[in-house]
Amino acid sequence: MTQLLLLFDVVLLTTLLALAVAAVTSPEPRRAVMLFIAFGLWLSMVWARLRAPDVALAEAAIGAGLGGALMLAAARRAAKREAGDSTESAGDSGAGGPPA
Amino acid sequence: MSRDWSLLLGMLLALLACVLLWVLHGALMDQPGPRLADLAAANVPYSGVSNPVTSVLLNFRAYDTLLELAVVLAALLGIWALGPAVPGFQPSGPVLASMVSWIVPLLILAGGYMLWVGGHAPGGAFQAGALLGAAGVILRLGGDPRAGLPDETMQRWLAVAGTAVFTLVGLALAAAGEGFLTYPTDWAKWLILLIETAATIAIGVTLAAAYVGGRP
Repeated sequence: MTQLLLLFDVVLLTTLLALAVAAVTSPEPRRAVMLFIAFGLWLSMVWARLRAPDVALAEAAIGAGLGGALMLAAARRAAKREAGDSTESAGDSGAGGPPA
Repeated sequence: MSRDWSLLLGMLLALLACVLLWVLHGALMDQPGPRLADLAAANVPYSGVSNPVTSVLLNFRAYDTLLELAVVLAALLGIWALGPAVPGFQPSGPVLASMVSWIVPLLILAGGYMLWVGGHAPGGAFQAGALLGAAGVILRLGGDPRAGLPDETMQRWLAVAGTAVFTLVGLALAAAGEGFLTYPTDWAKWLILLIETAATIAIGVTLAAAYVGGRP
């Protein structure tokens, strides 16, 4: 049982580090934000493993959920601003649908 | 940025990382000295709540939490200073609309539960506020341009509610001779509940307004 838990922890930590590196090195903002959300959810599992359920809840809700939504909106706005210089219509690379 | 500058920046960041690792190593290898954990755990019964995390956040170190709320408020003021909000999303189709009409009341209910349960189990104002904020985000994704928030004046009042109630409670206690944010044991539970309720609403409004992303 202890060895299984150790294996679980090792897998958890390596995946966490891989997600962090992938999010930092990703060239495209939207992809980076999605990797960051996955990183946040994974980190909340690490907090749960450390028996810190309060931090795990806050990390999943604020760090991954709302932080991710805010960053997706920011990436959408930045893409719209970049595209707005050349064309008006290429703005819908965002979090859920084309703008009204 | 020129190549030299980014090289220098990288080296400085690597140096900072080394210093941080060294400090962490020192902290891990060092024998744990006298900590405040035992003192805090011994005083949880007098804090008004039975969850040790909430008793630290809202009672023993309430000043820190007050400043955290002020930080969140300052972030929202910065976002509002950026200019008017961008237009929202187009109205959702029937499938998404019916999901939104199911999930938003559930999120509000879960937020209320999270607020109440924070007194004796993991939960609390920040998590509950995040659930309310998530309800706002989903409403905006579903086509409501204001994310379900009230008009501008009301938004301003609600956004400052958390910091204002927290400060007023602290000042009232100081005026009553108890000291700033030092709750009397009998009232502690209700004062904490009052502060957490105001903080939950303020955090929910702030997060939803931040997602709208501009002056209302």
